[in-house]
Amino acid sequence: MSQPAGAPTIGLGAHWYRLLSVIALLALWQAAASGLADPALLPSPLATFEAGYEALRAGDLFYHVGATLARVAVAFGLAMLIGTAIGIALGRSPALDHFFNGWLVIGLNLPALVTIVLCYIWFGLSEAAAILAVTINKVPTVAAILREGAKALDPALFEMTRVFEVKPLRVLARVVLPQLAPSLMAAARAGLALTWKIVLVVELLGRPNGVGFQIRSFFNFFDIASILAYSLAFIGAVVAIEVLLLQPIDRQLGKWRRA
Amino acid sequence: MTGLVLSAITRAFDHPVPRTVLGGVDLTIAQGEFVSLVGPSGAGKTTLLRIIAGLDSGYGGSLAWQGARPRLGVVFQEPRLVPWLGLLDNLLLVGGPESVDRARALLGAVELGDCDNALPGQLSGGMQRRAALARALLVEPDFLILDEPLISLDAALAERMRRVLNDFWRKRRTTTLLITHSLAEAVELSTRVAILSPIERRVVADCALPPPDPRLSGDPMVAAALQDLRRMTRSWPVPDPAEAPPDRAG
Repeated sequence: MSQPAGAPTIGLGAHWYRLLSVIALLALWQAAASGLADPALLPSPLATFEAGYEALRAGDLFYHVGATLARVAVAFGLAMLIGTAIGIALGRSPALDHFFNGWLVIGLNLPALVTIVLCYIWFGLSEAAAILAVTINKVPTVAAILREGAKALDPALFEMTRVFEVKPLRVLARVVLPQLAPSLMAAARAGLALTWKIVLVVELLGRPNGVGFQIRSFFNFFDIASILAYSLAFIGAVVAIEVLLLQPIDRQLGKWRRA
Repeated sequence: MTGLVLSAITRAFDHPVPRTVLGGVDLTIAQGEFVSLVGPSGAGKTTLLRIIAGLDSGYGGSLAWQGARPRLGVVFQEPRLVPWLGLLDNLLLVGGPESVDRARALLGAVELGDCDNALPGQLSGGMQRRAALARALLVEPDFLILDEPLISLDAALAERMRRVLNDFWRKRRTTTLLITHSLAEAVELSTRVAILSPIERRVVADCALPPPDPRLSGDPMVAAALQDLRRMTRSWPVPDPAEAPPDRAG
């Protein structure tokens, strides 16, 4: 990332600091693991890596991380779609906003665990119930962020499209959504982090596969190395989504601001 | 038919202080006319534009279109281009993808032929205004509303853009309302000039002119009409390009 003009210089390049930070974390982890009497309580980075490699070789890691990612993708997509539609409606209509504001506050404060347990009770331990529970948890966050974005839409551009009678879908695609891009990206980032954590709980409570299911199994066997290995593998997958998908989209959408 | 009849149009605002902006404007614009509404800043010209364009419904009096509501082409006082779309895409937003050839031709006509992909933020204010003019002409409007479309252009460029407007009107006889503070511009382009008084806040003079087919600025008829109109507006200042140097942002 380039240094903004006038910002204080920090000696080494930013990527060197990131690398040093990772090394420091690993060193700290190693020191903590070495200091404990029982290595099973906190396995060393090497022991964790070995557990991860074993799971990778057996094919378990891909299978379970894949199952979790699939749930995250479906719930995230649904929540973004529904939350965006609700957010735009609330942001553009003061009447709807006043009416539904209380509902939104309840949705934002509803504990994820309650939604998950209720969905499993009402709809059974099914895939649909799991996805529904995660989606319900995520929709209010997306809606709240998009509502603020929709309130800030430029009225002058709306008037222009109105007098020229531009088709509504074209207005949505070319005028509304690009203005909402920063809100959509903020909702996507906040949403991705929230969604995968809830998916793990959903899997832990009632699915036969996925990282959450595996963590419960490892908990039963007190296998901390595998718990850490699966967690790190999944964090790696989410970071990859952020770096390879979200950041390029963000750069593309913000290109006109830098022109 | 795309004529317009405005009868006793009034508009008042409560904020920031209670004030009357339009005090009973009567104006009839017949099909095919090019009418200029002239008045100084603050006379209510843009308020009237917003009422005619359907963007302000809080007015008194009556507004009646002769026939069905026409397709409008509007040049707002600010360009109102979409900042993340290139100029060609800004035009296609209102004209649709099928109008790409005409959009390119119009960008060429307003001397922006090499700026198809330029973003509005990369262009000067004058270039943005010309793109907004091309956008309004692209939709082949039944009724064209122009709010100070040439205000930030230098004298030579403004002259060439007046020719573009005049050519467009002569070819299509599109009913046009030009809002301007420049009497010279109004007389050069119009079949009628209406004077909006900032004191009475209504149209106080309405001067018919022969069709500009085209009208040259050295025309003695232009000079005589200008003299008459200046006499009518003597009590309030009307800035004129001949008297005040324009902003050279074009």
